[in-house]
Amino acid sequence: MISNRTGRGAVLAAMLTTVAALLVPAARAANYELLNVSYDPTREFYEDFNRAFAAHWKATTGDQVRIRQSHGGSGKQARSVIDGLPADVVTLALAFDVDALRTRGKLIPAGWQARLPQNSAPYTSTIVFLVRKGNPKNIRDWVDLARPGVAVITPNPKTSGGARWNYLAAWHWATQQPKATPASAEAYMAKLFRNVPVLDSGARGASVTFVERGIGDVLLAWENEARLARDALGAGKFDVVLPSVSILAEPSVTLVDKVVDRKGTRKIAEAYLKYLYVPQGQEIAAKHYFRPRDAAIAAKYQAQFPAVPMVTIDQAFGGWGKANAAHFVDGGSFDRIYRR
Amino acid sequence: MSRAAARVLPGFGLTLGYTILYLSLVVLIPLSATFLRSTELGLERFIAVVTAPRVLASLQLSFGASLLAALLNGVFGFIVAWVLVRHEFPGRKLIDALVDLPFALPTAVAGIALTALYAPNGWLGSLLEPLGIKVAFTPLGIVVALAFIGLPFVVRTLQPVLAELDRELEHAAHGLGATGWATFRLVVFPTLWPALLTGCALAFSRCVGEYGSVIFIAGNIPMVSEIAPLVIMTKLEQYEYAEATAIAVTMLLLSFTLMLAINALQLWAQRRQGVR
Repeated sequence: MISNRTGRGAVLAAMLTTVAALLVPAARAANYELLNVSYDPTREFYEDFNRAFAAHWKATTGDQVRIRQSHGGSGKQARSVIDGLPADVVTLALAFDVDALRTRGKLIPAGWQARLPQNSAPYTSTIVFLVRKGNPKNIRDWVDLARPGVAVITPNPKTSGGARWNYLAAWHWATQQPKATPASAEAYMAKLFRNVPVLDSGARGASVTFVERGIGDVLLAWENEARLARDALGAGKFDVVLPSVSILAEPSVTLVDKVVDRKGTRKIAEAYLKYLYVPQGQEIAAKHYFRPRDAAIAAKYQAQFPAVPMVTIDQAFGGWGKANAAHFVDGGSFDRIYRR
Repeated sequence: MSRAAARVLPGFGLTLGYTILYLSLVVLIPLSATFLRSTELGLERFIAVVTAPRVLASLQLSFGASLLAALLNGVFGFIVAWVLVRHEFPGRKLIDALVDLPFALPTAVAGIALTALYAPNGWLGSLLEPLGIKVAFTPLGIVVALAFIGLPFVVRTLQPVLAELDRELEHAAHGLGATGWATFRLVVFPTLWPALLTGCALAFSRCVGEYGSVIFIAGNIPMVSEIAPLVIMTKLEQYEYAEATAIAVTMLLLSFTLMLAINALQLWAQRRQGVR
């Protein structure tokens, strides 16, 4: 009888200890979950980066963090966040889409872009050409894209951030030609887009069309996407061509104030974004063919990023607001070139 | 056939109440919200939006391709249904089950599969390419995707009616000296015609709104291969919510008018048959 009771007590004590053992570390180390809403070609980069950040965070604070990522056309992703997708941070293709969170959703304050260094763009990229191996159509520069018989693959600039960069880079080149006028630039764009057989809604879709479906002679792509396609998707089947001039694409990042304040994740979201700027984060970006801002890392990966003359949106177009109003709103230049 | 005998079970009030409540929640309220949203524009802007060349071209494409796909399914769906009902052969059950696949498959999967097949480097596309026939990334591709989506509607609507068809009528016609074709045309087809029309109408209306499967195979070039639902999506992505709903409302009104016309046609067909 007695032995039975002590037996029961021992079991109870053991159970309590086990439960306590399970509970105590959990009580000490918090579990966080972050949602990073990003654009199409950053999938592989953020998979690596998230792993590195989670390890870094665990080492410095002891807390567990699980980062979920969502990818898609930049404009669509911004709209999902505005419509209620609880993103702690957004890392989109262009400042214009991030700014929509302020103008359409009041989710972030004015001046969000000054909260982090370098206009909140921790890495940059540019637009390059991906052509079939050996460049059979001899595509060297923007002028070749308007040549009859060349099929160009680029996504729809109304829905894709990458496509907006493509479009503006081409437009900029056209305005730099001798005796160029806005009309001549528009005529060039009309010729270029007459060579576009498929308009996908996002950059990744366009890559699939070019790489998997075998459509087109040249893909206008993010530098990182082009290298990924060249090295990973179809090794030995493609070449990268650098045009005479391109655009400095500055994909911007921010935390979403309304969401982090509700979820109590502001501190960790801030740390997450800052980690993009430290050498470790910069190196992961460089490995995934994003041009790093950090001078030391840039020097280390110099061979990977050949110099291309690049202009910024502010220099060439007076900022995203103006560029959008002139080219991508209804009735803008993109609509006009389809109204033969 | 007296009216008094019609109602044996009670509960008309209750079931009508549920009908109205359910339809309101599921259909009417979302639709009214759509209509309400589009009124933000004002009539003038509304008309300007839906008569923009790009929108008109997309509406024409969506309705035209859907009509074509529905007609195709009308012909071939009829044959499929006929074979499945009238003939006993090994593998019949399997084919019967295959017909339902377009219902069950996520439409995006169908779209990607069709694109991979019909792209110039795909199995079928590489055979068609030398003949100068391009399917993927052209309006023809849209019709192919829509034909895939619409097939089960025609087959499943026709099958029960075909099965119910009184074969003695056919024997009688044959006995009275009618040829096979005359029997089909004068005896069989008039009975099936309303069901065929319903099937085609269902397939058509399903196709008009189809997005997932079409988007991969269409090419999406403005004025050429851009369907109306894609224009709506694009407008949404540009935060033009009211303009997007304006196009949606126009599609709804067009579809509704067509459905009414088809119902009227059916009524007329049934009356004519009744008179005979």
